[in-house]
Amino acid sequence: MKVWFVLLLIPLAVAGCGRAGDDGNTERPLLWAADAEGGLPYICRDENDPDRFVGFEVELAAALSQELGRPIEPKQYEFQSLGAGSQRGDFDLAMNGLEVTPDRRKTLRLTRPYYVYTLQLVARADETRFRSLDECKAVGGVVGTLEDTAAQRLLDRMQVKESPYGNQTEPYKDLELGRLDAVLLDLPIAMYYAKPNENLKFVGQSLDPGYYAIGLAKDNAALAGQLDAALERLLENGQLRRIYEKWGIWNRSQEQLFKLYQMPVEKALDTPPVLIAEDSAAADVRDAVAASSEAQTFSYYFPLLLQGAGVTVALTFASMFVAMVLGMVIATARLYGPRPVQGAAILYVEFFRGIPVLLLLFTVYYGLPEIAKTCGLGASLNLPAWAAAIITFGLDYAAYESEIYRAGIASIPKGQWEAAASLGMSRPMTFRLIILPQAIRVILPPSTNDFVALFKDTSLVSIIAVVELTKQYQMLTKSSLRYLEIGLVTAALYLVMSVPLGYLSRYLEKRWGKGHA
Amino acid sequence: MPDDLHIGVSNVTKRFAARTVLDGLNLNVEPRQTVAVIGPSGSGKSTLLRCINGLTAFDAGEICVGPHVLRPKHTPEVAAAARSIRQLFGMIFQDFQLFPHLTAVQNVAEAPRHVLKLGNTAARQRAMALLERVGLADHADAFPRELSGGQKQRVAIARAMAMEPRGLLCDEITSALDPELKTEVLSVLEDLKRDGMTLLVVTHEIGFARRAADRIVVLCGGRVIEDGPPSQVLDEPKEARTQQFLRQVLS
Repeated sequence: MKVWFVLLLIPLAVAGCGRAGDDGNTERPLLWAADAEGGLPYICRDENDPDRFVGFEVELAAALSQELGRPIEPKQYEFQSLGAGSQRGDFDLAMNGLEVTPDRRKTLRLTRPYYVYTLQLVARADETRFRSLDECKAVGGVVGTLEDTAAQRLLDRMQVKESPYGNQTEPYKDLELGRLDAVLLDLPIAMYYAKPNENLKFVGQSLDPGYYAIGLAKDNAALAGQLDAALERLLENGQLRRIYEKWGIWNRSQEQLFKLYQMPVEKALDTPPVLIAEDSAAADVRDAVAASSEAQTFSYYFPLLLQGAGVTVALTFASMFVAMVLGMVIATARLYGPRPVQGAAILYVEFFRGIPVLLLLFTVYYGLPEIAKTCGLGASLNLPAWAAAIITFGLDYAAYESEIYRAGIASIPKGQWEAAASLGMSRPMTFRLIILPQAIRVILPPSTNDFVALFKDTSLVSIIAVVELTKQYQMLTKSSLRYLEIGLVTAALYLVMSVPLGYLSRYLEKRWGKGHA
Repeated sequence: MPDDLHIGVSNVTKRFAARTVLDGLNLNVEPRQTVAVIGPSGSGKSTLLRCINGLTAFDAGEICVGPHVLRPKHTPEVAAAARSIRQLFGMIFQDFQLFPHLTAVQNVAEAPRHVLKLGNTAARQRAMALLERVGLADHADAFPRELSGGQKQRVAIARAMAMEPRGLLCDEITSALDPELKTEVLSVLEDLKRDGMTLLVVTHEIGFARRAADRIVVLCGGRVIEDGPPSQVLDEPKEARTQQFLRQVLS
């Protein structure tokens, strides 16, 4: 049996997951978490070089890095998971248009605000029913926004009908398509994704100002202090303004930062920004969607998709290996174990078959570190994302595999066991030499089914910041909105991976099934 | 050690739920004897063989094969005895139970290779010699599904012989075969008898029993109701139930 391999895998996985914030080595690059998915003007992949990122936050990070004398490395992270990720120490800092809210101030340590944002309502160019958010609410308009943002909370407060999105390009797309009546998002986003679009228009003045700040783990006061000092210098020497002007997002609201930087950090965060009427039309920005759609040619996105496919293949094979070994152990336990072991095997199957993989994935990734903490195990269960993914899918698919194996093994007639026994074979020997080779024929087709299903299920791991094929597809389409073309290429890649698997299965079935009609 | 081959079944009772299949059955088989077991269906013939080979546990009594003793209890000693008995006596089944994923020669060589730890080549040589003996050398590489019933049963006999047993327990081994195929299997058995194998043969082939058996045992209702040389049992049965059974079989 290859159980030893799995046992080997677990400590390896545990060992391989240092906690980002724990070691005091100042030479180590700082990990900066941000969601590059359609993220202009904040952060987004460079259209000329997909390995690089562009955006005002990228330039701010570079300036901060220079001030700190320490490299800062971007790390792709789902925006909605930034809070949880910081708590489990996946990165050192989160800078991704993170608004200062009472909740965030409770769970994160926030630096000085580095930007004063306002919210901007956008409607279709031919909209005549409303000229403000209040009027929009009055006519019962549905407003799209970004999940877990100040804009969404404002809509909640005002009890406007809302439709929350996971990224910032889709709401505008749906607005154009008539699925929404308006979109309320941060002004910098509206500047890039709505302003240049002649089918859309800004409605009313921008409203409800707030701050963006950098989020850190609660206990990381030292780094917070360094970042605060660095931000002060960048504001002082005008570098911050130059960056914002370059990206067309400097406006009069930012002047408040000077006054704010005279105060201690906590007081500054307590001081609400003043709403200043902006002449947003003055800003000169390009159409982000059109530009990235133009730049994303086949030769740009195909290598990215291939990379994603590589991650998908690696995840699938590793997970399936775990599932097969574990599944066989559970199947044999269920078939031949003593009563309590059989019961445990049944319980395992029912449990893992019955809960959603997504739930399991979150539990393994975010829940285990909590358990470890309360049990005083420190960061020992802070699995890296790939390990959490492999363990999750391994555990989940082992339940399905074990049932397939059990059925396959049980389908071999009892007479085969007796014939082998009468030849002096022991039960383990009979299992290995006589039963299993016959059962594999029965097991192979449904097992291949699971394998192919797993290929597609691995797309779930994007929520814990693993960029595999589907995640890559999402990131690419959300900035370019070329859903059809990139979607077809992505589908083709999935087929290229799964179809040969079917062929292999049929070939093996034939090969191992020689003795059968 | 010819004494190893003595089989003694004393007072063995086996019940399946409410049905008593073996009812305090007694039977002795001497070394090198060929004993044919006949009787109406449901009389416990197959169960008797399976009990002797340790495939079926019984509820009361005792079975001795040489020094090895089987008892109703599941103890490690009984399990060890069953393993030893299986080394001494091979078993042939009505439905062959060849291993479908292996060729004829692999079927025969598998147990010597893995149980007796014979080398690959030695096991194959032994298997080929046995296939030759049962007249199937030219079918060595055929899979079971490519063989006729008679050929399958001959492979099964070769497979049992490959473990070099002192005897064979044959459970209605020709019942699933067409008449013309029965002969080829039965002639193999007669050949083995000439070699001095102990044979305990459950059969409906009265002709074979008369020709080849040293003794015929008639089972009825889980008991031996008649036991003697073929001429006596077949021609001058004492029991009315034997007479009735023979009339049915021979008509």
